[in-house]
Amino acid sequence: MTRGRAVSRRRTLTIVLAATVLAACGPDKAAPNESLASEVENRHVNVLYWQAVSTMNPYLSGGTKDVEAASLVIEPLANYDDKGEMVPVLAAEIPTRENGGVADDMTSITWTLKRDVVWADGTPFTARDVVFTGEYCLHEEIGCSADASFTDVQILEALDDHRVRLTFSVAKPVPYGPFVGAITPIIQYEQFKDCTGIRAPECTAENFGPVGTGPFKVDEFRANDVISFSANELFRESGKPWMKTVTLKGGGDAASSARAVLETGEYDYAWNLQVEPEILDQMATAGKGEVVMAFGTNVERLVVNQTNADAGFGPERRSLLLEGTNPHPFLADPVVRRALSLAIDRRLLVEAGYGPSGRVTCNIVPAPPSYASTANERCRKPDADEANRILDEAGWIPGADGVRSKGGIRLSILYQTSTNSVRQGTQALVKQMWQQIGVETELRNIDGGVFFGSDPASPDTFQKFYADVQMYTSNFQGADPEFYMAAWVCEEAPDPGNQWLGTNVARGCSAEFDGLAERLAATPYGDERFEIAKRMNDIVVQNHFLIPLVWRASTSARSMSLKGVRMNPWDSELWNIEDWHR
Amino acid sequence: MAEHYDAPPQEHRSPWMDVWLAFRNHTGALVGVGVFSFMVLAVLVGPFLHGVDPQYLDILTRNAGVSWTHPLGTDNLGRDVLAQMLAGGRVSLAVGFTAMLLSLVFGTAVGVLAGYFKRVDGLLMRTTDLFLALPLLPLLLVIIMLFRDTLRLAFGPETGIFLLIVFVIGITSWMQTARIVRGEVLAIKEREFVTAARGIGTRERRIVVRHVLPNVMSPIMVSATLGIANAIITESALSFLGLGFPPDFPTWGRLLFDGANFISITPARVIWPGLAISLTVLSVNYIGDGLRDALDPRLRGT
Amino acid sequence: MIRYITRRLVFAVPTLIAISFTIFALLDLAPSDPTGQLPLTIPPEVRAQIRESLGLDEPFPVRYAKWMRQFFVNEPLNLIERAFDVEIGDSDSRTRVISYATRSPVVDIIAERIPQTLWVIGLSYVVGILIALPIGIVSAYRQYSWFDQVGTFVSMVGFSVPTFFTGLLAIILFSVMLEWLPSIYDTTHRVTDLGSFWVQIKQIFMPVMVLAFYNAAQLARFMRSSVLDNLGLDYVRTARAKGMRERTVLFVHVLRNSMIPVVTMIALGVPAIFGGAIITEQIFRVNGLGQLLIVAIQGADIPMVQTLTFLFAVLIVGFNLVADVLYGILDPRIRYD
Repeated sequence: MTRGRAVSRRRTLTIVLAATVLAACGPDKAAPNESLASEVENRHVNVLYWQAVSTMNPYLSGGTKDVEAASLVIEPLANYDDKGEMVPVLAAEIPTRENGGVADDMTSITWTLKRDVVWADGTPFTARDVVFTGEYCLHEEIGCSADASFTDVQILEALDDHRVRLTFSVAKPVPYGPFVGAITPIIQYEQFKDCTGIRAPECTAENFGPVGTGPFKVDEFRANDVISFSANELFRESGKPWMKTVTLKGGGDAASSARAVLETGEYDYAWNLQVEPEILDQMATAGKGEVVMAFGTNVERLVVNQTNADAGFGPERRSLLLEGTNPHPFLADPVVRRALSLAIDRRLLVEAGYGPSGRVTCNIVPAPPSYASTANERCRKPDADEANRILDEAGWIPGADGVRSKGGIRLSILYQTSTNSVRQGTQALVKQMWQQIGVETELRNIDGGVFFGSDPASPDTFQKFYADVQMYTSNFQGADPEFYMAAWVCEEAPDPGNQWLGTNVARGCSAEFDGLAERLAATPYGDERFEIAKRMNDIVVQNHFLIPLVWRASTSARSMSLKGVRMNPWDSELWNIEDWHR
Repeated sequence: MAEHYDAPPQEHRSPWMDVWLAFRNHTGALVGVGVFSFMVLAVLVGPFLHGVDPQYLDILTRNAGVSWTHPLGTDNLGRDVLAQMLAGGRVSLAVGFTAMLLSLVFGTAVGVLAGYFKRVDGLLMRTTDLFLALPLLPLLLVIIMLFRDTLRLAFGPETGIFLLIVFVIGITSWMQTARIVRGEVLAIKEREFVTAARGIGTRERRIVVRHVLPNVMSPIMVSATLGIANAIITESALSFLGLGFPPDFPTWGRLLFDGANFISITPARVIWPGLAISLTVLSVNYIGDGLRDALDPRLRGT
Repeated sequence: MIRYITRRLVFAVPTLIAISFTIFALLDLAPSDPTGQLPLTIPPEVRAQIRESLGLDEPFPVRYAKWMRQFFVNEPLNLIERAFDVEIGDSDSRTRVISYATRSPVVDIIAERIPQTLWVIGLSYVVGILIALPIGIVSAYRQYSWFDQVGTFVSMVGFSVPTFFTGLLAIILFSVMLEWLPSIYDTTHRVTDLGSFWVQIKQIFMPVMVLAFYNAAQLARFMRSSVLDNLGLDYVRTARAKGMRERTVLFVHVLRNSMIPVVTMIALGVPAIFGGAIITEQIFRVNGLGQLLIVAIQGADIPMVQTLTFLFAVLIVGFNLVADVLYGILDPRIRYD
């Protein structure tokens, strides 16, 4: 009985395995319509996003995966190319003050649309669609995730079928928020006219299958799983897209996505691979694919809490600015903050956690080049001796356990970040570097969905900041940092008054910075604007409210046979999918 | 041995002595005890013999293979794998055992009460259904959110989190034991020896302890073995969620999890923790087998 | 027995309501947030607006009542309408349970996921049982034989090595090194002929086997210990003494009496099939109910989690009742009234 069962099981396994081998050899035997089949396969591209796509309507989601999937179908007036420069998509040209598209007082912008563009259903694309899209997002009840792009928009009007004018309530030196970039694509008036406001979420068919002007159209959409696309025959550029069909699969994790492209070759493109560099290197040795990357404005940084986060305090005091009356017991001391930054060997962090997809940075705004400051390059060279010297000088004396203290206050830091193996590696490295200057560190990691959430009841959000130091990556949309830096003015410190939604998470204050932020908002594009932005960067960095660590590239992988991929850190990674070929 | 059992039971020997004598004869159980003691000893004494700090990052020797200084190699940040295994073993064994015991005691109590006393059966089993239905992750997030800071203040970061983890694992893993034990008790309480005991007026508590409990030992033992593995693995899932020990605090489950992606580069990082967990579970399993055989009066004589 | 079942079914209603309330309260308390996974370029005020548009600002009882109404009234009505192609009342203004993440009806997505989950997870469960029962029985019958020892070893290793590891190992072996099997499950694949059926077998093989291995390990242990217990009982000796064939003793008497813990395990496991296998589904990208649940939990998609876990609770309550009924059939001495 025993033996019989075991043998028969083994035999079954052998048969299964043998059959599998045969099947693997199968394609070698010529099938009648083999050339046709391989041509279909050749013109098909398999894309893998480890975060599955939830909807094709980016206004209702805002998640990067959703925005990028939608970018295959619906398009903005202009987008950013791989150099970070604006290029017209549905617009005939980029409006500027020179060509009269932007008013001299900078309060309005007029877009001229390309003629003869049609939607995938054959109807013409007109200014009405653009105006409708703006109104759709600005509707109060919709909770539009691209709302920030429409800040200060006062009037949206179609001057004629091919011209749209936006009027702002204030002067906008950089008026390229609305309809530029993949987060604000144009949706079709005909399709969405009954889906505005509170009815928006009910239009499932529309949200899952928007009619667009882009290179592809949706064949089948399975929420949080897979999307099948086919080429839009009416795409305005003839002969494009080269690919006839696209499958966009979701799910899994970054490392296994990388494996599917680099090692097994099942997929052609895998998105967003934050994986330890040696794993990617090892996978790439299989020779089936390569890692592609491009540097945008992502900076991994430490945020240094300027307020007291003592767990003994109640919610009416903990991590609150309280007009400067609640300073952090030791991080309010600029010497300590400087020492913390000096002790960090950023080159090691890059080497261990990022490899070629990371670079040492001393600036919180590392790009575009015209905005990148050059005044902070000293941080590239770590100097633990100097850090120890200035701490000694400031009276922070090491105790018996090696931890420095002054007046009974120990340099003991609670350091939190989101859960992610690379981040936990960086945490461990930084802890050891700080140990060398007599600073004790307790590490904590929090689930990303909680840490980056904004539930006012949760104690663990990065905005509550119930810790001394925290680490995460942030960047800015497009190529102008005005909005990004305005977030760090003093009055934006999170507190119950703003439901903890303030953006100055470090809670650092500088009168000079606040003044410059106001000036930046009124200064047109040009050298003066660059200088103001650089100075703002320098204030934040030199005060060590934010300690920049690593400038991170967007990292993806493509199979060797897939040509035409131009990695774009400024816009949707799939921005030029119509040019992908074999 | 056989001749010994042919003799009538001697009055002066305690029943525990019988159990021990029977246990001693069970080869598997003895090997289990041996392996298990070795592991406990290793994690207790090991760190003194292999004096490398498990947290120390030697960034220059990352992903190193076997060497004299690093007998099991290093990880991708240059931490010594052996030192981490030893340090991690302390935590994993402690968590595995305490959490398993907690869930076992709780599950058995619920199962026996529900199976034996009809009055509480409905209530207890519906509570079990409730716990089975609760989504684990949100439950964990809520527990951690409510109690982490309180416990951290009261017991310090490490003990506080240890208590929390043991509690969390215990509270979320007793249901299976409870249902299995109850099913067995339902059948056993209708058997002749129980009805007989009831007939001669034995008190309920005594029936449960003397007659019912010993007869549900086997599923309890199996639950115990599976429970340890479950607790060790769940602990790693917790730290992954940021709910467990701090990220620089190694445990076997966590080492296995972190090492998984490095399997092609440094296979030692997954082989050793995997082996350690499996060996623990195996040895506990054999000890459980031996105990069960020893405790079962019918098997003891054969 | 009928009376017992009726009583239990009636009692199930308050139980399920209590469960649904507890789950809702739990999800409400949990600190995860639906805007937590959005890029940081979306400013906090916009996040607050998104939360408001999802109805998160409404008080807890209102949201719970809304869900109850949507789930227990609107969804069944909608189902009836679709099944019989009729219109009941004002069906346009009836709101369905809408997911926060996809903004589409939760029930439709669940229905879309059921086939692949049943296929992969269900099949693995069946395979697991088919492997486990014989191993458990033989191991017990030949206690401490080499078969038992090997079986014990393999099942213990199978249980103590988690699926995230065995899955990865299988992928590296069969997909990367041997290139026999695909590592990514294609949920859109349709079986139309022999060739496509073969593709289906290839893609289902790894997830099914990885999960079956894990489940079988557990089940085999319980089966073994239970058979062992029964083999030592008096009725077995009696039966043998009466000259009954060994086969009959084992398969008719011992097996039937040993099934109680196994029935419990299987009854606990069937709802788990619908709950999906979170890790295995993630590894092979099967994207069934397990993946749906985990993505919903990570994204704090409360309506989705609530609906999924509630359906799960219904199955748990139901199958535990089935198990109790089966106990009575397996062992007629067990009485419930």
